[in-house]
Amino acid sequence: MAKRIVNMLLPLCGIGMAVLVWWAASRLVSDLPSPFRTWEESKVYILEPLTYRGETDQGIVLLAYYSLLRVARGFLLGIAIATPIGFLLGVSPTLTRMFDPIMQVLRPISPLAWLPLGLVLFQKSEPAALFAIAVCSMWPTVINTMMGVRAIPQDYWNVAKVLRLSKFTTFTKIIVPATLPYMFTGYRLSLGIAWLVIVASEMLTGTPGVGGFLWQEYNSLVYAHILLAIITIGVVGFVLDRLMGVAESKLRTI
Amino acid sequence: MAYIEVRDLAKSFPAAKGTRHVLKGVSLDVEYGEFVSIVGAMGSGKSTLLSLIAGLTTADSGSVSVGGEPIRGVRRDAAFVFQNYSLLPWFTALENVRLAVEATFPEMTRDQQRRHATRALEQVGLGNAMDRRPKQLSGGMRQRVAIARAFATKPQVLFLDEPFGALDALTRETLQQELSRLCSEGDHPVTTVMITNSVEEAILLSDRIVPIIPGPPATLGTPIPVELSRPRSLAQLAHDEQATHVRAHIVSTLTASVRGRTLSSAGHATAPAASLVTPVEEIR
Repeated sequence: MAKRIVNMLLPLCGIGMAVLVWWAASRLVSDLPSPFRTWEESKVYILEPLTYRGETDQGIVLLAYYSLLRVARGFLLGIAIATPIGFLLGVSPTLTRMFDPIMQVLRPISPLAWLPLGLVLFQKSEPAALFAIAVCSMWPTVINTMMGVRAIPQDYWNVAKVLRLSKFTTFTKIIVPATLPYMFTGYRLSLGIAWLVIVASEMLTGTPGVGGFLWQEYNSLVYAHILLAIITIGVVGFVLDRLMGVAESKLRTI
Repeated sequence: MAYIEVRDLAKSFPAAKGTRHVLKGVSLDVEYGEFVSIVGAMGSGKSTLLSLIAGLTTADSGSVSVGGEPIRGVRRDAAFVFQNYSLLPWFTALENVRLAVEATFPEMTRDQQRRHATRALEQVGLGNAMDRRPKQLSGGMRQRVAIARAFATKPQVLFLDEPFGALDALTRETLQQELSRLCSEGDHPVTTVMITNSVEEAILLSDRIVPIIPGPPATLGTPIPVELSRPRSLAQLAHDEQATHVRAHIVSTLTASVRGRTLSSAGHATAPAASLVTPVEEIR
């Protein structure tokens, strides 16, 4: 019991210390708002999280909602492309050998590099953002799905062979369930990346959302709001990862 | 002409240094409805031989035919039981059996398929555990599911790959008896090829026993008929004169071949005189 209380208090101590460091830093750097000032200037966004005052001046939940909606669309697009590719690469060593070099080159490209290309291709900021999110976030799903298919034990392939299952049945009854846990690990990592990309793409395209808000407040010199946006981004990212973790454990098939 | 004819099979695998010749000059006849066991030590190429006969893998040379037709892939009327059960963990016992029934009898309605699978599980005494997943079943129950799955397809040919190897001694005997009953109970005789490392198990179940002479490359020894009346029990076999004779014959064939190998290739272990009831593994 006492141990549980300690375990609950320890993270609070950690947060307290981080705030203390922040406060100390704000004494040294004049432009950095202190924790107290940040709260004073940001509380209207937090205490009225759903208020709409103008396109770039909205409650923090509304801003996060726009970003999440964009992330959801980009992420779904990304995994819709990535999952079949992962399955194909998993079952075919030939395809893997063919496309592995391209994948390795495309994977480390930053979202900031994809976005201008998206703007050129689609002429509008919204599809360009989705394009950047999808292209950047698909790789963990591709790779994990591929690994999942390769990790299917020989036993299960034997079942397919011995029962003379059709290709389709083998896919739906054996390959997919056996790969599901790996796929979800991929989805979780992909969602994390999608959330990283959203901020960058909103900053560049100036669309409403947490990232757009951050950039606009920087331009209007309200530094406290930059900190508010940063904290929001972190908290939302953390919650997303936890939710995916829960989904992952619920879908454990093996 | 025998129902299953194996002629001069050879199989090798690529190894770190050159090729490893696993089997060579393997020939075997199995009559329709016969139960033949291939007995040998672990790593002697038994499993490879069974997958060749069953059409799971292809041989380098030689031929296998069943019912006069050369095999190409796994036959529709063949069923398998593997040592490690090979059940799909995301399906319940019933779903595992249904998958086999659906694949074998696509002409049945879904309801017929379900009833057929249910009956197969009831026959192995799992009527109450049908909705459990393999993880929630004991090893013996899992193997019962695998046996039910095999018999649910009404096979002509049954291939058993160390089917009771992973089970404790008591469970093993119950299941051996059950398998024996299922083999004789159906509406047609089932031709069975089993591989095992247990001489006792082979005597209990088989019409004929073929010792495998380890190589590499391994070959088959002379088949020994087991002409004991059925049903047999382990207790009865312990004292039966013919069983003792068969046992002694197989064990001496296997140990002789092990000794020969030890002398010729400076093997890992010298073979002490074997106790007659130990599995072959322990002889090495």
